[in-house]
Amino acid sequence: MTANDFGFLAPLLAIGIAPVVIMLAVAVRRSYVLSCGLALGGIVAAFLALFAVPQGMPHRVTSLLIFDNYALLYMGLIFASTFAVTLLASEYLAARKGDLEEFYVLLLLACLGSSLLVVSNHFGAFFIGIEILSISLYALIGYTRNGLSIEAGVKYLVLAAASSGIFLFGIALLYGETGTMEFPLLAARTAAQGTNGLILTAGLALVVAGIGFKLAVAPFHMWTADVYEGAPAPVTAFVATVSKGAVFALLLRFFAIVDINAHHSLFAAVAVIAVLSMFAGNLLALLQNNVKRILAYSSIAHLGYLLVAFLASGAMRVTAVSFYLVAYFITTLGAFGVVTVLSGKERDADDIEDYRGLFTRRPWTALIFSAMLLSLAGIPLTAGFIGKFYVIAAGAGSALWLLVVMLVLNSAIGLYYYLRLMVVMYVSPGEEKVAVTLPLSVTGYLVLAVLVILLVWLGIYPAPVIELIRSMTAGI
Amino acid sequence: MILVWLIAIPLTGGLLAWLLDRGDDRLPRWVSLAAIAIDFVLALVLWMQYPEKANVLPGGAWFVEVRSAWIPGLGIGFHLAMDGLSLLLVMLTAFLGIMSVACSWTEIRERVGFFHFNLMWTLAGIMGVFLALDLFLFYFFWELMLVPMYFLIALWGHENRIYAAVKFFIFTQLSGLLMLAAILGLYFAHARETGVYTFDYLELLGTSMDPAKAMALMLGFLVAFLVKLPAFPLHTWLPDAHTEAPTAGSVILAGLLLKTGAYGLLRFAVPLFPQAALDFSPVAMALAVAGILYGAVLAFAQKDLKRLVAYTSVSHMGFVLLGVFAWNELALQGAVIQMVCHGVSTGALFILAGALQERIHSRDLGLMGGLWSAAPRMGAVGMFFGLASLGLPGLGNFIGEFLVLFGAYKVSVVMTVIATTGLVIATAYSLWMVQRVFFGARREEPRPSDLGVREMAMMAFMMAVIVWIGLYPRMVLSTSEGALNTLRQSAGVSAPSERMSHTAMPGANDDGK
Repeated sequence: MTANDFGFLAPLLAIGIAPVVIMLAVAVRRSYVLSCGLALGGIVAAFLALFAVPQGMPHRVTSLLIFDNYALLYMGLIFASTFAVTLLASEYLAARKGDLEEFYVLLLLACLGSSLLVVSNHFGAFFIGIEILSISLYALIGYTRNGLSIEAGVKYLVLAAASSGIFLFGIALLYGETGTMEFPLLAARTAAQGTNGLILTAGLALVVAGIGFKLAVAPFHMWTADVYEGAPAPVTAFVATVSKGAVFALLLRFFAIVDINAHHSLFAAVAVIAVLSMFAGNLLALLQNNVKRILAYSSIAHLGYLLVAFLASGAMRVTAVSFYLVAYFITTLGAFGVVTVLSGKERDADDIEDYRGLFTRRPWTALIFSAMLLSLAGIPLTAGFIGKFYVIAAGAGSALWLLVVMLVLNSAIGLYYYLRLMVVMYVSPGEEKVAVTLPLSVTGYLVLAVLVILLVWLGIYPAPVIELIRSMTAGI
Repeated sequence: MILVWLIAIPLTGGLLAWLLDRGDDRLPRWVSLAAIAIDFVLALVLWMQYPEKANVLPGGAWFVEVRSAWIPGLGIGFHLAMDGLSLLLVMLTAFLGIMSVACSWTEIRERVGFFHFNLMWTLAGIMGVFLALDLFLFYFFWELMLVPMYFLIALWGHENRIYAAVKFFIFTQLSGLLMLAAILGLYFAHARETGVYTFDYLELLGTSMDPAKAMALMLGFLVAFLVKLPAFPLHTWLPDAHTEAPTAGSVILAGLLLKTGAYGLLRFAVPLFPQAALDFSPVAMALAVAGILYGAVLAFAQKDLKRLVAYTSVSHMGFVLLGVFAWNELALQGAVIQMVCHGVSTGALFILAGALQERIHSRDLGLMGGLWSAAPRMGAVGMFFGLASLGLPGLGNFIGEFLVLFGAYKVSVVMTVIATTGLVIATAYSLWMVQRVFFGARREEPRPSDLGVREMAMMAFMMAVIVWIGLYPRMVLSTSEGALNTLRQSAGVSAPSERMSHTAMPGANDDGK
């Protein structure tokens, strides 16, 4: 390793050193504000380090990692989202009892794991990243230690561990067949072998299944609703955005190297997964009365939409997926952010009844939530609209008409529950209104304000961001 | 720039109305009224400047145009343009916008600022739809108007409002997304042919593709427009939405939203896919005739006044569909006149229904009757618009329906004859409606007050428009003439005077392409 390598590794190092510093600080003296501040500082340092990477990309650091513009883009997205989650969590947690400082250690570790995913060029790095992420998440999900939260943590533990096993088995098969775990070499050797190898296909299928668990796409989605419901709201935001986004970024990179179009059965399988996810997510969301569960199922459906763009070919594919992910990150963070700022000490504001008449009580919060829901539904003036447009465009450009039509149908189904949530907010509150007056969360609303501005900006004038994404993902 | 103002003023007015909603209800009302009135004045100014002999405008040249890049990476531009057709519909939008603010003056008492915000943004979206010439921008506005409309119905509507609002939204969204898919299909087909990725309408015109694909894409557009229009059998959202919406919502729905569907057919569906539209025209005309009869018969069977008027819309918009797919000069002119007159007359009927509901708190025809003696002004106005609706000669609706039938006759005698029976039923339900509401046995309830000054002023304007178009339609006809000829040219009919029969001579229009 050269000094130059360390320049590239700087963002990862910053995000890796920060939790160590927090741990040491906690060992000396427990201070919630300090650990929170250190976490924010670490993320900012990592983010700034992205701009200081040396020339000469794409650059490989050992055979494990690769640093290119694509990785930088996603690391930026991950850091920014983690920053938002940290701010959202800061006041949410402060209202709770117990040792809170370690929360940020875990959060930064999860962030580190996610970042590792987007730079990995090798199944080794991939697996390490996914395990760092998952293990931090087990603890984060169960962090508030109430019944639901513990249950969710254990559920996630069991299923994530099982999926890691499946995933590892897939890697083993691929390794056994090709003798390498490096993505480019693997791609070259699979291409040389042709597509008939049964073991190869099985290996890829198992890898996809393992990833499917992480992405919570149907039929690997069973854990999602329970985990989303049980986890503290800021952690749910993290699970829904960063952990999925990072895995998807990796999926995109992997299958940009290994041509998915050459593996027909795999292509068909992913198409089926996409359709199943859309229908499962949207139809099950219709049945829910819990806002977190609705958002959980909606995120399953959104991953299904994303897979449509993923299956597309041509130049639009990576841009469409990346733009959609950016829009999805903003929207999902915003939606769970609203849940966070509305949550009281005892429990999260996740019952749909908590939102009844919100517009009368807290007009701005209701408006922010409406904007987020409209974006999830893909209505103009929001980032979600451009994102959905892009995904449909990518699908149509590759003539995946069946998938596009499924997407369209599902958008209509999805509308129903987004609208239902919105209407609840605008109807007059019932008489038995409990009027839990919460203190206004300053940092929480700050984050929400920024997110709404981004949401509308991307919805009205997305050209600069599209150009940025294009130039950053050109190498993929 | 004036086109941007047309859209920006209601947007700003709506925001202001909302922000100024601090205790005093009147401020948001006046702000909205001012905003939409400025729009109307702008539209009138444009109309004054509109060249008298409008068909001298060569194809592709626009009366007013704004064009700039928006998302250049995808070939999306911010392209607004106005021709005679857009001009008429923009004027109609602003006119009915004024009426919808005025008719909500006493009806809406809750969340007045937010109400006017939604009203203004719906109007701005509709303006945008009538002006957009970039297909992405068109879709953008198409979707933009839905959310505020949804809120208008869901928050200020009547008893069953949530159901109606959700149904409305899902119908229009789903069909809109199909249109988006079709837009994208066209976009890629054009790119494959020319290598240029663009959503610009003018460049996409004349994209050649194989017939099956053209038909599929045209159907994508058609679904969106026929849902909005609405055409039988895609109309089922309409009676619910119209009935449950507050008066202003019903006025905008019936007066303007339905016209966006007709406008889409005229501007996009047929010119972009002329051959597919020609092939499809027998089916479309059959649907139109079915809608005319079905709407009329169902109107006759309604007990709810607003629902009755809603079904008459299905019937009257069937004439527009018939006219569009007859696609000759007379029929198109008739369709445009019908769009304008139906917008005004149905708007007026909804305002009357709203005024009645404010007074007697019911829309049930069974509870009405004998209102003439208590409210003679209301009775007279109701009679007037009832007659307009049945197509009495001398009133605007007659011109529209007559021209449509005249034009359609050249294309299909059978369809025209069947459609004409719709007029007979229209006479029956219109008179029956007037009879049930204003004549007959007196109600014992407290006598409703008659129309006030504000309401009479609105009605006077609306009656004036109907009479004026009925007696002197030339001003409207000459405004839309050039635009319609250009549309017909771009769809492959070369000479404006050429009045070819589509079904009688298939392929007659192929030469101009």
